Amino acid sequence: MKAIFKRELRSYFTTPIGYVFLAIFLAVNGVLFSISTILAGADSYVQNYFSFLLLSFILIIPILTMKVFAEERKTKTEQLLLTSPVSLFGIVMGKYLAAFSVFASGILVSCFNFVLLYEYGSVATATLIGSVIVVLLIGGACIAVGVFVSSLTENQFVSCIVTMSILLVLVGTSIIEGSVSATWLKTILSWISILSRFTNFTYGIFDIPAVIYYISLSSIFVFLTVRVLEKRRWN
Amino acid sequence: MINIEHLVKNYGKIEALKDVSFSIQPGEIVGFLGPNGAGKSTAMNILCGYLSSTSGSAKINGIDILENPIEAKKLIGFLPEIPPLYLDMTVIEYLKFVYELKGCTLNREKHLDEVCSVVEINEHRNRLIRNLSKGYRQRVGIAQALVGNPPVIIFDEPTVGLDPKQIVEIRDLIRRLGAHHTVILSTHILGEVQAVCDRIIIINKGKIVADEKTENISTVLSGGRDVTVKICGPEKEVLDTLCGMSGVAFAESLGRQDMDSISYHVKSSPGIDIRKALFNTISHRGWPVIGMESTGANLEDIFISAVSENDESSETSSKSKKTKKERSKK
Repeated sequence: MKAIFKRELRSYFTTPIGYVFLAIFLAVNGVLFSISTILAGADSYVQNYFSFLLLSFILIIPILTMKVFAEERKTKTEQLLLTSPVSLFGIVMGKYLAAFSVFASGILVSCFNFVLLYEYGSVATATLIGSVIVVLLIGGACIAVGVFVSSLTENQFVSCIVTMSILLVLVGTSIIEGSVSATWLKTILSWISILSRFTNFTYGIFDIPAVIYYISLSSIFVFLTVRVLEKRRWN
Repeated sequence: MINIEHLVKNYGKIEALKDVSFSIQPGEIVGFLGPNGAGKSTAMNILCGYLSSTSGSAKINGIDILENPIEAKKLIGFLPEIPPLYLDMTVIEYLKFVYELKGCTLNREKHLDEVCSVVEINEHRNRLIRNLSKGYRQRVGIAQALVGNPPVIIFDEPTVGLDPKQIVEIRDLIRRLGAHHTVILSTHILGEVQAVCDRIIIINKGKIVADEKTENISTVLSGGRDVTVKICGPEKEVLDTLCGMSGVAFAESLGRQDMDSISYHVKSSPGIDIRKALFNTISHRGWPVIGMESTGANLEDIFISAVSENDESSETSSKSKKTKKERSKK
């Protein structure tokens, strides 16, 4: 697992993907931050910033995950991994953690934005830290979705588009949720909505069930990816 | 070392392997021979744990690849048909990655040096794999299989796409590996198995059609040795004598080919070398033997006959199926 993690992390930066991802991520992040906090005159109000950031995951995360398995399958290098004495779980986790590390480094770098908030406004540090942790967890769940989709195809483009669609559903339902009147539909939408669970954190409430929800979402998709690889052996 | 029992693999309705069984002793170099699509790669992929069988078992050193894949995979080095290379790494980075991936415990620098020198890629170890030629990529692929010194090495078509010089070098390499490893290689090039392997397994349409030592395979499969002999003497009497000899299955005259001798084609009974007896009998009768040549069926002929026999039987069975279908339509 360690070997795969190291190689995968390295490959993000020997190919353009890592740089492209970080550049787009930090640029989008910076724009969103200035628009939703400083330019909006809301120096201590970060809720909108985080909501926009989460929406931007729909477009950004697939760049990170599209190649994870699709490329290996196309170039047949997966044959090396699958015939090595490594468990399937180890392979998936190695790749998942590598993608997550690149993502997390982007988030951590963008935390420098908050320095401005301390300079010009007043912001609750605990709320900020809580929100960042949860953003990392949500990103982790989105990456798990992307990794799973990538294991289904050998075409990176397909992998990217399908991941975007799934993330759109997971993140976007919270937008529909507000305008739906039927309670049963509302309940169903709130089950799958990632965003609606996040709001509490920006108010300074550390919502443990939500944290468990995000972690389970990641685990489910990592598990499904392992199953996909296992299934492929039996085709 | 390797035990394959009643292996069956179906891809949907297609039967890629139909009840394949064989076992391989330590130190053997075994050639898997068959036309394209015969099931060679499928069998190898199952043995390496990349695919799983529909039924049957594959054991390496008594460890079942399905029940205990990680332990079994530790014993195998595998070079797939397309070498699994990461083009964005240099040769040495790639080998270090494989070394870690396989969880090796040997001294890393020393071991990788050894592997590089065995496949002769030392001077290219700092080049990107992307920039290497096909032949060198193949060597890196072989190096990858050798990392960790696994007792069993499996090569799927190791010489495809190489130039003749490289082919000779890779064959030499495989023969050298045979001294310390059990090697299985697949190919559809007959000369290759003849040149390299101790034992040949011919596989066609998912079935083993022959499994013999390389030196025996021609006599066993062709059912006897063919000898062409030039004799000076009266044609009819010579032919009678030849036909009367024990151990001769069949003899015919090929006609006069030069001034004073006539050529004869003699086929011996299976497993008998007729040449000495032939010489003694004929010269005893006072007819000089001026030439003799053993034309023992070459591997190409054997291969084609083994494979086509198999084809014919399957064709006839499919024909009978067709006629049945046609009948049922009527």
